[in-house]
Amino acid sequence: MDLDSITVMLRSFWTVWLMLLLTGILVYAMWPGNRRTFDDAAQIPLKDDGQEL
Amino acid sequence: MTSATLTSGATLGSQRVSEEVRYHEDAIRLFVIAAVFWGVVGFLAGTFIALELAFPALNLGLEWTSFGRLRPVHTSAVIFAFGGNVLLATSLYSVQRTSRQFLFGGEGLAKFIFWNYNIFIVLAALSYVLGYTQGKEYAEPEWILDLYLTVVWVLYAIQFIGTVMTRRESHIYVANWFFMAFILTVAILHLGNNVNVPVSLTGMKSYPFVSGVQSAMVQWWYGHNAVGFFLTAGFLGIMYYFVPKRAERPVYSYRLSIVHFWTLIFLYIWAGPHHLHYTSLPDWAQTLGMTFSVMLWMPSWGGMINGIMTLSGAWDKLRTDPVLRFLVTSVAFYGMSTFEGPLMSVKPVNALSHYTDWTVGHVHSGALGWVAFISFGAIYFLVPVLWKRSQLYSLRLVSYHFWTATIGIVLYITAMWVSGIMQGLMWRAYDNLGFLQYSFVETVAAMHPFYVIRAMGGVLFVAGALIMVYNLWRTAKGDVRIEKPYVTTPHKAAVGAA
Repeated sequence: MDLDSITVMLRSFWTVWLMLLLTGILVYAMWPGNRRTFDDAAQIPLKDDGQEL
Repeated sequence: MTSATLTSGATLGSQRVSEEVRYHEDAIRLFVIAAVFWGVVGFLAGTFIALELAFPALNLGLEWTSFGRLRPVHTSAVIFAFGGNVLLATSLYSVQRTSRQFLFGGEGLAKFIFWNYNIFIVLAALSYVLGYTQGKEYAEPEWILDLYLTVVWVLYAIQFIGTVMTRRESHIYVANWFFMAFILTVAILHLGNNVNVPVSLTGMKSYPFVSGVQSAMVQWWYGHNAVGFFLTAGFLGIMYYFVPKRAERPVYSYRLSIVHFWTLIFLYIWAGPHHLHYTSLPDWAQTLGMTFSVMLWMPSWGGMINGIMTLSGAWDKLRTDPVLRFLVTSVAFYGMSTFEGPLMSVKPVNALSHYTDWTVGHVHSGALGWVAFISFGAIYFLVPVLWKRSQLYSLRLVSYHFWTATIGIVLYITAMWVSGIMQGLMWRAYDNLGFLQYSFVETVAAMHPFYVIRAMGGVLFVAGALIMVYNLWRTAKGDVRIEKPYVTTPHKAAVGAA
C-alpha cells in the first residue's frame, strides 16, 4: 500500500475526521478545568486600557 | 480596574501600557472618517439605482450612469469601502486593546494601508463607471486592481496578525479569532476567484482561467464566503468586542463563543453551491450546499444568543443608550437574516425565491440591519474615544438616526418580500391551457409600486446616515447638545443597580 492509496482511503472518511475534530473542540470548550481561563478571557475587553476618559 | 491590567500579562515588556501611553490611533481616525464618508456615498448610490429601477429615465441615457455600471459602484461602496473601512478601523482599534500592544508595523504601516486601500476603492469605482469589469459579482475589479488589492491586504494581514503575535496578553481574545479568520479567508477567496489571464499586459481586460460551471462554482464559493467571512466573521469580531464594551459586561458565554467560531468557519465554506440551484452544477453539489446552509442556522443563532444575552441583567440599557440599541438590534437582524438565508437555500423554496427581489430583500436585511447597524454602533462608540471627547454631541440624535434607519429597513425588506414572492409566483403561473400566464414585462409593471417603496426606504436610510454625520461632526468639534438626558449618567446608574 503506497502513500497515495492510504491518503485516498483516509480521505473517504473525511466526515468522521471532521466530526472528531468538532467533538474535540466541544470537549475543549466545555472542559470544567478550562472554565477559569475562559472567564478570565471574557474580561479582556473590560480591562482598563488606559485610554478612555 | 488598573490592577486588572497586570493580572494576565504573561510577558510584560519593559514598556507597560499605562494612563500616559496612547495606542496608535491616528490611522484609525482616518479609517473612521473614510467609513462614514463611503457609507453616505454608498447609501446614496444605492438609493439612486433604486430610483433608476422605479423610474428608468434616471439612467440619463448615458452609459456611465446606467444601472449595470452603477450597481457595482453601490455594492463595492457599501461592502468594501464602508464595510471595509469599518472593519479596518475596529479591528486595528480592538486588537491593540485586547492584546495590550501597539500596532505591529506602527502608525506608518497603518496609514500606508489606509491610503492604498482607499485609492484602490476609488480606482475600482472609476473602472466600473468606465465599463471595466470581470463580470463577477463582488469581484468586479479587473486583474491589475486585484493585484494592487492583494498587496494592501497582505500588509493588513501582517499588521493585524503581527500585533496578535506580539501581544502582552496570554489569551487571544475571541474577537481577534474572528478578525483573523476574516483576513485570512478573504485573502484566499480573493486569490482563488481572481485567477485570470490578462489579454495583454498593457490592457485592463482579462478572462477567468477556469470556464463553464467550474467558473460559476468558484465565483459562488467566493461570493458566499465574502458574505460569510467579510460581512459575517469580520463583523462578529466587532460584536464580540464592542457589545461587551458598550454594555460594560463580559460576553454571555465565552465557551459558546469558541463553539460559535469553529462551527461557523467549518460550515460557511461549503454553503456556496446554494447560489447555483437548478443550474448545470451537479445535483449532489447543490444538495451539499443546501445541507451546509441549513446547518449554518445553528452556529448563527448560537452567536446571536451570545450577543444578545450579553445584556442579560442590564436590559434597561436598551432604553437609555441608543448606541447599545444599534449594536443589539444589529445582532437581532443577524439572527433574522441567518434564519431567512438557510430557508431560502432549501431547493423548493429557492425555486420560488431565486432571481427574484426576495433575494435582494434578504441581502439588505443582513446588510442594512446587521452590517450597517453594528457599524453605526461601533462608530458612535469610537468617535468620542478617538477624538478625546467625554460624550457624543447628542444621544437623542442617535435615537432619531436609529428610528429613521429602522423604518427605512422595514420599508425596504417588506417591499422586497411582497415584490419578490409576487414576482416568483407570476413567473411560475400557468393558464388552463398550460401557457405561461404572464409575460416578463407584466411582472416588471406589477413590481413598480414596490420599487418606489423600496427607494423611499433608501431615502430614510440616507437621512439617518446624514443625522449621524452631523452628530459625529459636532462630537469631534467637542460640542454637547443641550437636551433631555435619558437618565442621569445611565451607565453608572445601571451598574450600581446590578
